[in-house]
Amino acid sequence: MTDLEYILPIVWYCIIGGGILMYVILDGYTQGIGILMPFAHNMHERNMMMSVVLPTWDGNQTWLVFGTAALYGAFPAAFGTLLPLIYLPIMAMVISILFRGVAFEYRMKSTEYAHIWDRVIFTSSFITAFMQGNILGAFVEGFHHEELLKNYFAWHSPFAYLTGIGVVTGYALLGATRIVHKLDGPLQFYMYRVSKVCLILVALFMAIVSIATPFVHPEVFSFWFDLKKIPFLAFLPLITGVFFLWCWYELISQHNDTMPFILSYLMFICGYVGLGLSTYPYLVPRSMTIWEAAAPTSTLLFMTPGAAIMLPVILVYTYSAYKIFKGKVHDPISY
Amino acid sequence: MLTPVTLSRIQFAFTITFHILYPAFSIGLATFIAIMEGAWLRTKKIIYYDICRFFTKIFALTFGVGVVSGIVMEFQVGTNWAGLSRDAGDILGALFTYEVMSAFFIEAGFLGVMLFGWHKVSKRLHYMATLLVAVGVIISAFLILIANTWMQHPIGFVLENGNFTPTDWFAILTNPMLLSRFFHMVLSAYIATGCVICAISGYYLLKKQNEIFSKKVFKFGVIAMAILTPTQLIVGDMVGLDVHHYQPIKSAAIEGVWNTSRGVPYLIFAIPDQANEKNYFEIGIPYAASIINTHSLDGELVGLKSVPKDERPHVATTFFSFRIMLYLGGLMILVSLISAFLLYRNKLYEYPLLYKIWILLAPAGFVAMEMGWFTAESGRQPWVVYQFLRTADAASDVNRYQVMASFAVLLIVYGIIFGFFYFKYLFKTIKKGPKRFSDKEINYPFGYLQSNDEANK
Repeated sequence: MTDLEYILPIVWYCIIGGGILMYVILDGYTQGIGILMPFAHNMHERNMMMSVVLPTWDGNQTWLVFGTAALYGAFPAAFGTLLPLIYLPIMAMVISILFRGVAFEYRMKSTEYAHIWDRVIFTSSFITAFMQGNILGAFVEGFHHEELLKNYFAWHSPFAYLTGIGVVTGYALLGATRIVHKLDGPLQFYMYRVSKVCLILVALFMAIVSIATPFVHPEVFSFWFDLKKIPFLAFLPLITGVFFLWCWYELISQHNDTMPFILSYLMFICGYVGLGLSTYPYLVPRSMTIWEAAAPTSTLLFMTPGAAIMLPVILVYTYSAYKIFKGKVHDPISY
Repeated sequence: MLTPVTLSRIQFAFTITFHILYPAFSIGLATFIAIMEGAWLRTKKIIYYDICRFFTKIFALTFGVGVVSGIVMEFQVGTNWAGLSRDAGDILGALFTYEVMSAFFIEAGFLGVMLFGWHKVSKRLHYMATLLVAVGVIISAFLILIANTWMQHPIGFVLENGNFTPTDWFAILTNPMLLSRFFHMVLSAYIATGCVICAISGYYLLKKQNEIFSKKVFKFGVIAMAILTPTQLIVGDMVGLDVHHYQPIKSAAIEGVWNTSRGVPYLIFAIPDQANEKNYFEIGIPYAASIINTHSLDGELVGLKSVPKDERPHVATTFFSFRIMLYLGGLMILVSLISAFLLYRNKLYEYPLLYKIWILLAPAGFVAMEMGWFTAESGRQPWVVYQFLRTADAASDVNRYQVMASFAVLLIVYGIIFGFFYFKYLFKTIKKGPKRFSDKEINYPFGYLQSNDEANK
């Protein structure tokens, strides 16, 4: 294996990981606000909640398209192996994304059916989040190809259910803290309380998943409980705990309406990195590493300059788009 | 027998047939809005602003549907076509990644500014966002067509253990079939949109509503169509030459030619019989097919019988979809030229019948585009990567009940949310009509878009 053959797959693993992280944190709050739709008291509050996500949801969701396309480009073997294995959760997620996307547009056009589209947004956000968590759980557990072909419900496991619900509460936390940041008045006050409940649930699920993860497979166990590495690895759960307590303090004191959002992000990133470390260097857990799945160097070399130029540009204008729509939303928006 | 392969083919055909309508309409509308916004900035006439705002509503509806139905396709490539993903992913995946990085992000990122930023950013910045969205959708189409053209005419690779490994990216990016197909597609998107724009404004003119608005739009639409449709004929002819050169069997299916021969007639109508290898009820124009495909009277057309039965496309599908496309194209050219002539004679707004014809033609551009794609995609069967990978070998090894279940759900979901509600809200927007903005609203924004802290400044 030459240097390039070794390094380029790692580079693309990081790019895809970063892309999916962007998706999780940006679309995560979008889905979270969808999940929180039933908590709004009336049409006006739901309009306000939608106004938080409308100008940016399209761009947010694009990170999923990017992550998937890049997985296809850089690791075609993994793409072709993984996706049929999780056929049903993927289809359920995709159909929910479809419903959510059109519901965002349709609810603005609709007068008599707006409340139904709001329910559609809630249901589809919930299912999307659940399925993403479910896929994540199945991914961490690892799967065996033959088993799945015989039984196409094999991705249903207690662990995958747990991660499914965990992601739903996690997104709800991101959504609630985002509303705290973007809105004010009674809805903001109410969302402070919702955030607190979500935060406790998230902490609970993160704890359960963190304890369960090392036990899903001996390889993962030996990674986390390697005596030489424990001083470094213990840092991750510790810092997550600090973010949790800090976030709790901010939610109680209500001094700063931005910090809860940032801190819930940081907690999410910690969990994400933890799961990433548990599965690295596998792309199809326990059966295909990133080097086995990688496209030939000619393909990766073709893709890398594009990513090196375009990704920073994308990040800059994503930032500027957020800047244009920064500040509190006071009135429902429309076009 | 409904094998997983057949089911996956039907599912993909169904989702992509639905999907392409929305990006094509987005391509056309984005350019149209960009032109109108440019006209507004230049002339400062508010009517152009009204046009922008009205069509932006339709654009927003369409773009969102296009994005989400595209996500379905992206995942389907992996879930249902794992063989294609694994074998050709080294090439196709990289192209898709470029598509997302260079175009899709531009569209999706600036869409928010374009839709909701009318009073949030300066006019120039807003115009820039509109232009970027318009250019982004076209770059998207270009990169997707690179991928599709590579599958039609695969070059620049070596086969290693059944894997397509790219060796010459430059060749892949400059595929000889690419440019004509790209222009053919963009033009068809413009034409399809042109039909709808003429139909909407024709509807208002017929109802005598929003007359200043609709006269402006109708006149623009008619001029654009009179330029675009004849151009499309020329570009289509170039595509036909390429197809004949690189995919002779597809040409044979299009023309219904069974035996290799010279001076082939163009069949206005026929019923091809796949099993007995001949056509019934042929009505032909002598020599015309040879002229179309080779630009010479006695040009040779390779016949379908020159390849084994299992390497032939389904002839009737290719044959008829090509003809529907061609005849609809002819009809659109005719109506466009008549309308342009009436415009030249200053009689454009004197014939309500003309409005009715344009209203009837509203779906014509889209139907023609779909039929063109049917021709291109059914004509290259049984190959998914032409002459290298069979469609049957590209499918995933998934359980057929999974495919059935997902297809049933997709069928219902698409029917409800794209078939029913999209049109419901489209018609609702059209019925409601354009809003007339006042000078004050545009230049001193106190609309609902503005937040209070800005107003307090």
